[in-house]
Parts: sequence; structure tokens; C-alpha cells
Amino acid sequence: MARIFGIDLGTTNSLIAYMDGATPRVIPGRHERTMVPSVVALTDNGIIVGDPAKDYLVRGSERTVYSVKRFMGKGLADVAEELKYFPYRMTEQGGVIRIQLGEKSYSPPQISAMILKELKLRAEAYLGEDVSKVVITVPAYFNDSQRQATKDAGMIAGLEVLRIINEPTAASLAYGLQKRTQGRIAVFDLGGGTFDISILKLKNGIFEVLSTNGNTHLGGDDFDRAVADHLLEEIRGRHGIDVHDFPDTMQSVRLEAERAKIRLSDEQKTSVALDLPEGRGTFHSELTRDQLEALTKHLVEQTLAPCRSALQDAGLQPSDVDEVVLVGGSTRMPLVRCRVQDLFGKMPHSHLNPDEVVALGAAVQADILSGGIQDMLLLDVTPLSIGIETMGGVMSTLIRRNTTIPASAKEMFTTYVDGQTSVDIHILQGERELAKDNRSLARFQLKLPPLPAGVPRIEVTFLIDANGILNVTAKDVRTEKIQSIQVKPSYGLSDSEVERMIGESFKFAVEDLQARQFIEARTEAEAIMKATEKALRQGRQLITPDETETIKASLAALEAARTQGDHKAIRARIADVEKATHHLAEVLMDHSLKEALENKKLSELT
Amino acid sequence: MARSMCWHCQSEVTGEYFCDRCVKVQPLSKESDYFTCFGLPRLLTIDAQTLETKFYELSRAFHPDFFQRKTDAEQAISLGNSALLNTAYRTLKDPIRRAEYLVQLEAGSVKDIRTSPPADLFEEILELQDDLDGFRAASADNEISERDRLQAKLMDKREHLKRRQQAMESDLRSLFTTWDHLQAQDDRNQAVRAEKDVTLKHMREILSNRTYLRNIINDLTATIG
Repeated sequence: MARIFGIDLGTTNSLIAYMDGATPRVIPGRHERTMVPSVVALTDNGIIVGDPAKDYLVRGSERTVYSVKRFMGKGLADVAEELKYFPYRMTEQGGVIRIQLGEKSYSPPQISAMILKELKLRAEAYLGEDVSKVVITVPAYFNDSQRQATKDAGMIAGLEVLRIINEPTAASLAYGLQKRTQGRIAVFDLGGGTFDISILKLKNGIFEVLSTNGNTHLGGDDFDRAVADHLLEEIRGRHGIDVHDFPDTMQSVRLEAERAKIRLSDEQKTSVALDLPEGRGTFHSELTRDQLEALTKHLVEQTLAPCRSALQDAGLQPSDVDEVVLVGGSTRMPLVRCRVQDLFGKMPHSHLNPDEVVALGAAVQADILSGGIQDMLLLDVTPLSIGIETMGGVMSTLIRRNTTIPASAKEMFTTYVDGQTSVDIHILQGERELAKDNRSLARFQLKLPPLPAGVPRIEVTFLIDANGILNVTAKDVRTEKIQSIQVKPSYGLSDSEVERMIGESFKFAVEDLQARQFIEARTEAEAIMKATEKALRQGRQLITPDETETIKASLAALEAARTQGDHKAIRARIADVEKATHHLAEVLMDHSLKEALENKKLSELT
Repeated sequence: MARSMCWHCQSEVTGEYFCDRCVKVQPLSKESDYFTCFGLPRLLTIDAQTLETKFYELSRAFHPDFFQRKTDAEQAISLGNSALLNTAYRTLKDPIRRAEYLVQLEAGSVKDIRTSPPADLFEEILELQDDLDGFRAASADNEISERDRLQAKLMDKREHLKRRQQAMESDLRSLFTTWDHLQAQDDRNQAVRAEKDVTLKHMREILSNRTYLRNIINDLTATIG
């Protein structure tokens, strides 16, 4: 059987991992970087994904999509308040958001599928084998529509999604495999866009989730936004410029805010520099950790109530928790660590890299599914109650939140009027009394034979599978016949839409691949040229004038290929430059100036 | 587990959950109750550790994770069995749900929902409703002192009701012992059967009073905080 891969499809970054024997490993891309930025850009040469796409945030922001995970399984009205923060244009069709990129519009699952394909290609290049079966992680607090949207994304990317698994529980698997932990653990997962808290009991290889809670709209993005708003205010005050009018600069501000936030996890104070629009100079400022904490304190506080609810639902006191594990990049913030420690009364830890642990856990789950690991079993729960709308607009709960999955409930339906031939059923998810206050998941119509009132008896089974996704079946009790039902999702793509998107995805696969290869080659060429020129300046006196000429010639050839050639030509010229500079690199290293050529890593140049 | 025919190879299934001959997983019978599902007698005192151990063992036998590479039919059985197992565990783990379930199994009919207070709480509940109305009115009209007075009074009441609830639960526990004791005796004895009926009836009454009381307490908490 083909190997199953584990994917962390994150708000900011995505990763793919596999089991190397008994050890889960994240697959690196070029330059050893394990994270693929969850960014998709439409360029003149086609669609690109990941690191090269990230460059387009500040020079083509209206055609560069980031944080698409925030829009999975959502309608436009759900995100109305934050639309102003995003430079790309969004509309809605059939309850699903559509993102405008050039002439075409894409649903969030289609954009996510592009990221998934990038991960697939990365793994295929690295291992030299086909990637077709995957486990994908989602926030534990994702509702049914969001989970379904994630599964759709996998299908559109041509992947068979064998399991949707919750991020905090995936992390617990990675920890459990490593340490054989026993006892009660709390996993506090604050990522780029979502927050989850899960409380588990670990015993003899069983990972039993006792409760989960969270907020699917709270994460690093919100912290960046708070810092960015502060910087925008400062720029307006000092330079009289409203940056909101300049979408590309807005993105620079957002990215600089993110970098400053990250630096302030290690430093007390950091400087901020930004090029102002229309060549109006540079904005310089300073930000202290105290300022950052004042700006984001209210966001950190928002994580605490879900933690308390989760403890209560698990029937535990904070002191009953043996271990607190931190997951997600945002848990690097000292304020977050401090508040978590206050709440649980013990020092939280992140022995495994909080950026990678979810992907590692997904690989562990993948191994369990493929029959590798046999002694570990995850028993997860459904995060939100599922029910149906009853008379008077009240929600009648069928499966309560924090019920172990798979879970099922049966409900009997009949008629109130003689000859009635159908019953409308509205499925809801949430904890509120009234139907209108909960999330509408789907509607469907039960067909009934025309009989006197009360005679027809249709038994409807609501089953939440191990992915946390609801399946509905109906059976006529009198005839024992299974009735097929057409469920219309309230915020999801229909089956036929998904089919169409899978088709399109294959159709454009070749074009997309060519565009991607071209842009990647070109980006790398630019980086190599910069690095080589720098090396020449530093090492010219160490090599012969002939060598210098050869290197210069190879650089000129690369420049020509970069502007005119295809990706193969560019790659060939890159190889020439590397060959020509081989000796130069050696002598530079001998002079312990070895940083010079190593610095050609894209990461340090941009 | 009752002996039956394997859905796959049609041989007689004598093993617990898997066919001895073709090693296919067998669906838990729709007729089997939660106690049978766990291989337990219909007793109300259940050791939590034993139940958990059995739950983990059965989860390992049935969970869909372990059927990924099996046929669609086996996957469907695994899913159905796991869902049933999870419901059974949730029901048996909690003493109140366990008792409600047993009463329903033994005496039929679902727990009857009480809409009026139990006789011995009648006066108290009526007064409580008046105070709650008063509290809401005082809050709406911003009459701070009256609101605070009623809030303190209602909090006292709540404590009293909580003690009542605890008393009911302790009554239930002694009925659990009675029931378990009766289960050990010969069911053909008419006196035993009669006493069982009385015990079930008594349990049902306490369970429905307790549910009523708990709803009142929850309402109180929702209103006064």
C-alpha cells in the first residue's frame, strides 16, 4: 500500500511529514526550510505558491492570497468585519466565499488545494514516490462545514484524504510517541489564525480526549493586526499618510509587524523600518515588548475562557492537569506562556518544535492508519453539539459537544397532516438554545409515502465519523428501505462543484507546474546572482583575472536566460555559475569568509 | 454475546466480536443492550476502572483506524460498532445515565418529564418562582438594594436545593445496592419480582425529581449568576 502522508494545512504556514521507520519527519524543501508559506499569488506567468508567492504580497497584493484558512467553510457575512484587512477581493456564491484572482474566482478549498499540491510536489521530489493518500489536520474547534471544506480541498488537489485529524490531538500523538507520557495533558494550540485547547487522558497508548474548546478566529494574524494598526497610526501621525490607500504598503506594514512581534519574543525592544509609499522616505520607529503586550493583552485573555470551559467539561480542576503542552508559533510569545502558566499553575513546555509538532503528529496518525503503529489509538471528540431545528425555532440537540467520535443518534420522524409527503429537516451545530443563534449546517427533505397523519415512520441516523464529519441516512421503518437523501450544505460546495473543480485542477496542472518552475528558477537565479556578485567583491584578489572573467561571463549568460529563457535554460545557466564559482567558493572558505557564498540562501537575502 | 452467523462466511460465530473462521469483525447486534455490549450483568454498581479498561479494549477492537485497509463492509461495521460502543460507555460511565438507562430497559418507557414540582417541594418552588420574578423585575428597574436582597435569598435557596439533590443521589445509591442484591436472587420468585418492580418505580420517581430539580438549579444559576 502506498505510504500515507501527514499534512498540517496552516493559516500562515503548511508542512508535510512522513514516517521514516519509527520516526516522524517533516519534509524540507530547497534551502532545508520545512514550512511552505500558505500564500498563493497570481503572477503574469501563472499561479505560484509558497515562498516565491510571499514576495508578491508587497508587489501585487490584490492578487496574492494569504490566510485563506480563515475563509474555509464560511459565507461572506461571517467575515464581513475583517474584509477590510484583506487586499484581495471576495464575493459569495451559493453560501461559499469566492476569491477574485484576475479574471477568475476561486473558492477557499481551491486555493487550499494549490497549497496542498505544492506540498505533494515537495514530498514527491524529496522521496521520489507518488503522494496520493494523506491525513490533514484541522483546528479542533473547526465546525462541520470547515472540516468538509478541508476535505474538499484535498480532493481538488487530487489527494485521497483518509482522515481529518484535530491539530492539538495530532500534537499529543507526536509527544506521546516520543515520551510515552501517561496522565492528563492539556494542549494549548495558538496558531496563525486559530486557537484550540484540548484536554486528554493518556493511558497505555490510548489518547482519550476529554474535552476541547477554542476559537477559530483567534491567532497570530490578530496579534499582527494589532501591531500593524499601531504602526499605521504612528505613520499617520508623523508623516500624514493614510497607508490604507496603498495596499502593497499595507502588506509591508503587516509583514513588518509580524517580524517585530517575533523578534520581541526574544528581545525587549526592536526597531521597525518601512519604506513609505510614493517614495516619501522611510518610516523608523521602535517597539518594546511592553508595548506589544499592551496592544495584544486582550487577545491573550480571550484564550483563557475556552481553557476554563474545557476544564469544566472534562470535570477537572487546573491542578488535575499533569502536563501543559504548547503548540503553534504564537505560543512563543512570553505573555502567552505567562498567562497559561498562571491558569494551570504549572510551567508549560514545548519540547518539540511548536511549528512542526502538528505535522509530525499527522504523520503518526497516518502510520496508525497504514497499520504501522498498532499500540496507539486516538479517541477524539466532536467540539460542538449537533442537532435539528424543531417547532418554534428551538434547537433539539442530538449529539452533545465533547462526545467521543464516532458518535451516532437516531431520530424518528412522522407526519402531522394526512397525505403529507415530505418533512423538511434543518441540521444545526452549536450550543445555543435557538436555532437562529447556531450554525446552520445543512437542510434536506425527507420523502414520505402519502398516508394518514402519524402513520409514516422514518428513522434518521445522524452519524459523526472519525473525521468529525456528519453523515445522515434515513430509513423507512415500515418497509426497512434505506432512503437516499440529498443534503444541501449551507456553507459548502455541492458534490458537483467539487467534481468540476477537481477536473479544472487537473486541466491546469501542467500550466501551473510550468509557471511554478519558471518563477522558482528565476527567483533562485536572482538570489545566486546577488550572492555571486558579493563573493566576487570579497574574493576577487584571491583568484586569477581569467577566473573572474569566466565568472562574469557565466553571470551574464544567467541574466540573459533569466529574462528570455524557460526554466530549463535558467537552471542550466545556474549550474554554469555554480561550476564557475566553485574555486572562488573554496578559496573564500579557506579565508574563513565562508559566510559569503552560503548567504545565497534566499532566506537571508529577502 | 449471542451466537449468530458470520455475515461473511456464514459459519457460526462463537468468538466474542470476530468470526473464528474468517476473522471478520462482527456487527454488535442491534438488540444487545449496553450492559451486554460491555459483557456486564445488569447491575448498577460498576467499577469505573473495570469499565474504562473494557472500553479501551473494545475501542482497540473496533475503531475505524484499524479498518482503513479492510473492505467497505468491514469499515461500515467498525464505524457502527464504535459509535454504539461510545454511546454505551457514555451511558454506563455516569451513574445517573446508567440508572435511567436500566429503568428504561427493565420497565420500558422513557424517563417521564416532570412539568410540575414534586409534592414535597411544591411550596418551596412556588416561592422561588416569585422571588425569581422579583429579581428580574428589580434588575430591569435597576432597584439595586431589592435586587441584592433577592439575589442573596436565591443563593441560599440554591444551596438548599443542591443539598436536596445530593440527598436524592444518596437515596439512589442505596437503591442501586438494593437492585444489585435483587438481581442475584431467583427471578422466578414472585416476591423478588415484586420487590424489583417497587425498586424500579422508586428509582424512576427519584430520577425524574432530580432532573426537575437540576433544571431549576440551572435556571437559577443562569439568572442570578
